[in-house]
Amino acid sequence: MKGSRRRNENQLRIDPISCHAHGLCADLLPEMVTLDEWGYPILLGEAVPAPLLQHARRAAAACPSLALRLTRAEPTG
Amino acid sequence: MTHTLALPPEHPASAGPVRLLSGWARTRQPADWVEHSASYGPPPVPRRTRGQGDEPLIALVDQAGLRGRGGAAFPTARKLAEVRSGRGRAVVLANGCEGDPGSNKDHALLTLAPHLVIDGIILAAQAVGARETMLCLHRGDPLVDSMRAAIAERPNEPLLPTVVEVPARYVSSADTALVNFLTNGTAKPTQRSPRPSQRGVRGRPTLVDNVETLAHIALIARYGPEWFRACGTATSPGSTLITVGGAVRLPGVYEIEFGVPLGHPLRLAGGPARLLQAVLIGGLAGRWLPMPAAHELPLTEEDCRAAGGRMGIAAVTALPAGACGLHTTARALRYLAEESAGQCGPCMFGLPAIADDMTDLATGAAASEDLARLRRRLGVIPGRGACAHPDATVSLAATALDVFTDDLPAHLSGHPCPPGSAFPLALSPHHPDARHP
Repeated sequence: MKGSRRRNENQLRIDPISCHAHGLCADLLPEMVTLDEWGYPILLGEAVPAPLLQHARRAAAACPSLALRLTRAEPTG
Repeated sequence: MTHTLALPPEHPASAGPVRLLSGWARTRQPADWVEHSASYGPPPVPRRTRGQGDEPLIALVDQAGLRGRGGAAFPTARKLAEVRSGRGRAVVLANGCEGDPGSNKDHALLTLAPHLVIDGIILAAQAVGARETMLCLHRGDPLVDSMRAAIAERPNEPLLPTVVEVPARYVSSADTALVNFLTNGTAKPTQRSPRPSQRGVRGRPTLVDNVETLAHIALIARYGPEWFRACGTATSPGSTLITVGGAVRLPGVYEIEFGVPLGHPLRLAGGPARLLQAVLIGGLAGRWLPMPAAHELPLTEEDCRAAGGRMGIAAVTALPAGACGLHTTARALRYLAEESAGQCGPCMFGLPAIADDMTDLATGAAASEDLARLRRRLGVIPGRGACAHPDATVSLAATALDVFTDDLPAHLSGHPCPPGSAFPLALSPHHPDARHP
């Protein structure tokens, strides 16, 4: 049930090893990303609401180290 | 420096099961190949029974309910099955690094019953269809020579492991770090997904099991799941080796059945040497529990989780009254911060920050707003690293603030414990390269 509901959900993920605290994600998607005191992103949720999808795409594309990724959730949820 | 191994001077039969340590209990000697063969005979080949679809050893391990002994308590049969069904020829890695300085059980096992572990490696490799097996040990560890000698003692068999030396750092023995090291030469953890059982060494499905887990497989293959389940609990069956350290009369490695109260291994270790205020459970990167309140806590992963914690690696370190829990924790946090692989920001910057905060708190240099900042940091760091190292370090700090909460007012008002009041948590170094708090 949970899986089917999440099937087509877009999810935001951070690869913590690739992330080098450039911080563009928090500028481009402040609704979903804040920065900790060291400049590393904290996600305020993983599921991207439809109205923010365009902004999330832009943020993922802007990440210089390709650490922010927008993925479609696995149907297994 | 010589290898100092803490072992039970005696293990009375009334104390509970003696399985992995039965050879030691009988002969008081490490079991060489002759002794091992005389006691156990050759490893059996589990036979497929009629109507049983699964690989026979995996079915036995599943019925036995064996869970991993490396700290995560993951169901071993599930991992075996995942590796077996993976794409490509599988690889088996036996993890004997024992990176946590509060644990000595794997060293005791590899010293006393090396052939039980090697049997387990061969059986697991047969079950998952591997042709390549490796035993991972810390570089410079005396076990490297003793295990190579043990392997050389055996008749030539196809699946005997190669001993691989891994850099002697805390996080280099995480399963993804071993895979990364054997694939790219970098002994640092990687992302948790895909799991090594799906894509491990050189992209091959890879079984990474703790050496004690493999030794239990060797016993289950011989004596069966019913025998295995004759001790322990329904969800955590069997026995486990446990390191008992700190302020007990006979620190060492003991064998207990799962589900016994926490006070039981303390009794096996001769009882408290002094009045205890707390115990650290799960190794150096573990969690504090208050004493005597935790005395009756049943030792299983499920019971510890139900109590809001984790069991982790089977290790208990007793902190005597009079030692300062905050000073002690600060030293452990400093060590764990320095052992960060330095890959993920929240770990690289967060762990030194909380180690500084705890040091300030312990030495009386912190005010209540500093304590608030520490609590805020503890809330922000977990779940944001590639491996579990930052989360475990945060748990150590957070449980210290809970368990030693009565000590906070004095420390915050300029009356800290004196500098010498930290209690040594680490056991004797296994080998000269290891760094210890």
